[in-house]
Amino acid sequence: MTIHTERNPATGTPARTQRASGPGAPGTELPDAPRAGRPPRRTDGFWPWLFVLPLLVGVATFYIWPIIQTFWYSFTSWGVFGGATFSGVANYVRLLSDPQLYQSLLNTVIYTVIVLLGIPIAVWLASLLNTTGLRFAQFYRVLFFLPYVAMPAAIALVWRIMFNGDYGIVNWFLGRFGIDGPYWISTPGFALLAVSLVGLWSSLGFSMIILGAGLKDIPPELYEAAELDGASRWRQFRSVTVPLLSPSIFFVVIVTTISSFQLFDLLYAILGSTNPVIPKTMSLVFYFYSAGFIDNDKGFAAAIAMVIFVLIGIVTLVQFRVQKRWVQA
Amino acid sequence: MTAMTSSTRAARRPGRRGGSHWWIHVVLGVGGFVMAFPFLWQIIMSLSTNAQVQSVTPTFWPGELQWQNFAQVFERLPFLSQLGTSVMVTVIRTIAQIVLCTLAGYAFARMRFRGRAILLGIVLSILLVPSQVYLISQYQIVAPGLFSAFGTFLMRTAFLNLPPELEEAARMDGANPFQTFWRIMLPLARPSISVLAITTVLWSWNELLWPLVVSTRAEDMPLAAGLATLSSDRTIDYPVLMAASLMAMAPVLIMFIVLQRRVMDGLASSGLK
Repeated sequence: MTIHTERNPATGTPARTQRASGPGAPGTELPDAPRAGRPPRRTDGFWPWLFVLPLLVGVATFYIWPIIQTFWYSFTSWGVFGGATFSGVANYVRLLSDPQLYQSLLNTVIYTVIVLLGIPIAVWLASLLNTTGLRFAQFYRVLFFLPYVAMPAAIALVWRIMFNGDYGIVNWFLGRFGIDGPYWISTPGFALLAVSLVGLWSSLGFSMIILGAGLKDIPPELYEAAELDGASRWRQFRSVTVPLLSPSIFFVVIVTTISSFQLFDLLYAILGSTNPVIPKTMSLVFYFYSAGFIDNDKGFAAAIAMVIFVLIGIVTLVQFRVQKRWVQA
Repeated sequence: MTAMTSSTRAARRPGRRGGSHWWIHVVLGVGGFVMAFPFLWQIIMSLSTNAQVQSVTPTFWPGELQWQNFAQVFERLPFLSQLGTSVMVTVIRTIAQIVLCTLAGYAFARMRFRGRAILLGIVLSILLVPSQVYLISQYQIVAPGLFSAFGTFLMRTAFLNLPPELEEAARMDGANPFQTFWRIMLPLARPSISVLAITTVLWSWNELLWPLVVSTRAEDMPLAAGLATLSSDRTIDYPVLMAASLMAMAPVLIMFIVLQRRVMDGLASSGLK
């Protein structure tokens, strides 16, 4: 869950940030007027370099160079005492024939799908929150957003106890309805389900806030017109809300998918790194972590990182294709 | 997209007929309770005995509050030194990102120099790369977090959206580019700087994978890594663990509750986790 991995709102972001505009808002500036009197300058001399060099040096040292290194590492194997020797595509061959890769990919996809199921719920809750004159709306917003800002490693410890098979409150609650709850943390399928539910819980508020901002931008006249035409609530929701909200929905889907593909913190902290269910429930990033930093197989881990890179690229590409079809322009 | 751009209009759904919102309050109240419950439960467990936490029928109120669980955190865990690491790492990263990203963002938005487009492209392309790719060859916890492509993007957008007239006026008055930036443009970009600060604090405080990879001794870890590695530790009582995790989350939760609107709008507009 790193900042650095996130796509940016260049695409479907609700345009909400431009509050600081004032009189010279973007788009309203006169094209050439202020510049007319001056001779055209080609550059600003050395000044820009003073501004950008510190960042560029850092980016080159801590991002670009490591990326190149990782790419190189993925074609090397590492001896016990360090030192890399070129081994061609051996890591990739081994990786693609490792069932653990497919298990991790499957787990990551399952997790992502479950977390994405929260988005329809978020649309519904956000439209309730958007009701005119609703009291305590801000209070509800804060409640729903709390999980999103909570440290995953810390709140995961709470969920770990809540999901305990013997004395967890989740099973106590299920017991009240006559359901005999499973041993969540120590049964592979249920362990992944538990982690996914916590993931849904923690991202719901974030989706609600983005969708809520999108809802506010829908002109009320459209609802009035729909009402005059005798459209039911549900019909209004389907024919006005959903299409006009589609850019926000799309944006939430992208952000949720990409951050879900990075699943690590919750898995690590809820299940524990020594939990025997880990091989059956690990995510792609956990697979990467365990190869690179538990088994210390840097070359193999580098190959996993490159595969994650490609997979996220494919997912993003597919989503943008879908956007063209689905999102109302 | 037309509907998305008119953010200033006071567009709201017309009031629901009858004006009674009771069922909405039921839905949101129940939902909100589910969202907040783990936090309440954490507070209750942090004040219970270990036996109460592990009893089959839940103890909803511990009776006698076990405040010594909080004192135990400092005796049993290297909590203070981990807190120190978290604070140090977060403060340094936040200051550095504000300085470096506003400078670079301004230059990319408003200055002309050779290679501007291609350099910007290179910086922004990092956003497409998942962190695992550059994580393998890192050995140091703070340094990589000082430079942010996302922050540069955010600040560039902020400066692009400021009116150019003020800048022109300052130049006419003979201010050099740095003075123009420092006195005129930077104060105007304050809302975006606060978004950058909030997102950096949140990310830096909560992040787990990176610190887990680079720190080997428990004392050197920030809180997130320290707590996560306790997950499978059976020697620490649950209530102590709850007290520790509560204190670890507290600074960020308090920041959120104090600045609520600003945090929510900021995170929503930057769209990151």
